[in-house]
Amino acid sequence: MNLLFVAASTDESGGGFHAPSIMEFYPEIVAFEGTPFALNRIMLIRLLVLTLLIVVFALWTSKFKQANKSGNHIPGRFQLMGEISLNFVRKSIAHEQLGEKDGDRFLPLLATIFFLTLGMNITGIIPGLNIAGTSVIGLPIVMAIAAYVVFIYAGVKKHGGHFFTASLFPAGVPKPFYILVTPIELLSTFILRPVTLALRLTMNMIAGHLLLVLCFSATQFFFFDSAVAGFMKLFGAGTLLFGFAFTVFEILVAFLQAYVFTLLTTVYIQLALADEH
Amino acid sequence: MISRILANTGEATPNPLLPASYDLLWSSVAFFVLLAFFWFKVLPNFKKTLDARTEAIEGRLEAAEKAQAEAAAKTANIEAEQAEARAEASKIREEARAEGAAILAELKEQASSEAARLTATAKAQIEAERQAALISLRAEVGSLAIDLASSVVGASLKNDKIASSVVDQFLAELEAGDKAGKKK
Repeated sequence: MNLLFVAASTDESGGGFHAPSIMEFYPEIVAFEGTPFALNRIMLIRLLVLTLLIVVFALWTSKFKQANKSGNHIPGRFQLMGEISLNFVRKSIAHEQLGEKDGDRFLPLLATIFFLTLGMNITGIIPGLNIAGTSVIGLPIVMAIAAYVVFIYAGVKKHGGHFFTASLFPAGVPKPFYILVTPIELLSTFILRPVTLALRLTMNMIAGHLLLVLCFSATQFFFFDSAVAGFMKLFGAGTLLFGFAFTVFEILVAFLQAYVFTLLTTVYIQLALADEH
Repeated sequence: MISRILANTGEATPNPLLPASYDLLWSSVAFFVLLAFFWFKVLPNFKKTLDARTEAIEGRLEAAEKAQAEAAAKTANIEAEQAEARAEASKIREEARAEGAAILAELKEQASSEAARLTATAKAQIEAERQAALISLRAEVGSLAIDLASSVVGASLKNDKIASSVVDQFLAELEAGDKAGKKK
């Protein structure tokens, strides 16, 4: 655990105001430097989040198993929490967009994306961790690629090669317009979709983290730096308040981005399965 | 903002849009481990729990419906039995009433015939007694009258033939007078 508390700031020298930099997201490597297994603070946070997710869901799963074995159909409080969490993805996202059959078919991917994104996002405001696991682009890229592969798989499985022609040459468009429409469709469907998925999430987390660092390092500067005197120290209260407000806002963003990522993945799958193709 | 930050930090800045190899590796580990966990462990059990619950709820609803139908059938049975019992009771009552009336009528008839019989016997008896009384009275009155007449006339009415004809004539006259008096 101590490894997690390696200072996030890269500049430890003396006074003055330290503006947050992009180096926030490239903390010191603490193990396996120079190999693909290199670990830094953010990677350790990811592993911690993964462990916690597995522990929590393993507990819920054992409750489900227990219920199945004993034939007790009334869930306890803890089991109900798990059911509500999973049903949020299952019912509100998957079944709503894809219907029950296809929703359950793609549920493993959707549930993984939702809970992984949520878990990784929320570390951005947890004291001691203070940075989101999704704020470096690797994880959003992996999930965006997974979403990309799955929605193309869904389309090809259902419509075969016709999926691509139907996506690129939408029905009901006069032939000459294909000169204009086809490049746009190619760009939006097969290039921009995964790119926007990954970038939206990463940039939200980066911006959120930088804002929080900015607010709190300003508070530190106004309150404790020797260069600031008298009533100027009051600015620190303002920045602290802003920092608090943005922390609350980041909780919302963490949920919202997890929801948006999952929902868009679902919508892409739904569009690929739709009969227009 | 990002670009300003990028500009501020100089040349050795990594591009935040390009993932490092370790970044991709650990991301993939986290993603696929969780995916496998959800796919093969969490969601099958979750689905089983929900299905079992749905089944249980449906089963219980069905059982409740069955029980309700049974109860309704039982109630209908009981009502039918009650109606039958009521019908039977009223039939029995009706029969009893009819029988009672019949018995009453029979008894009345019996009583009246008995009364008539008694009356007839009594009348016959009275008539017989009257006849007897009349006869004995006639004989007695005859001898009395003869005694009386013989004592009055003084002559011995030894000739029975004449005596009895006189008496008979007297009695006939007496009777006629008696009947005329009754008619008055």
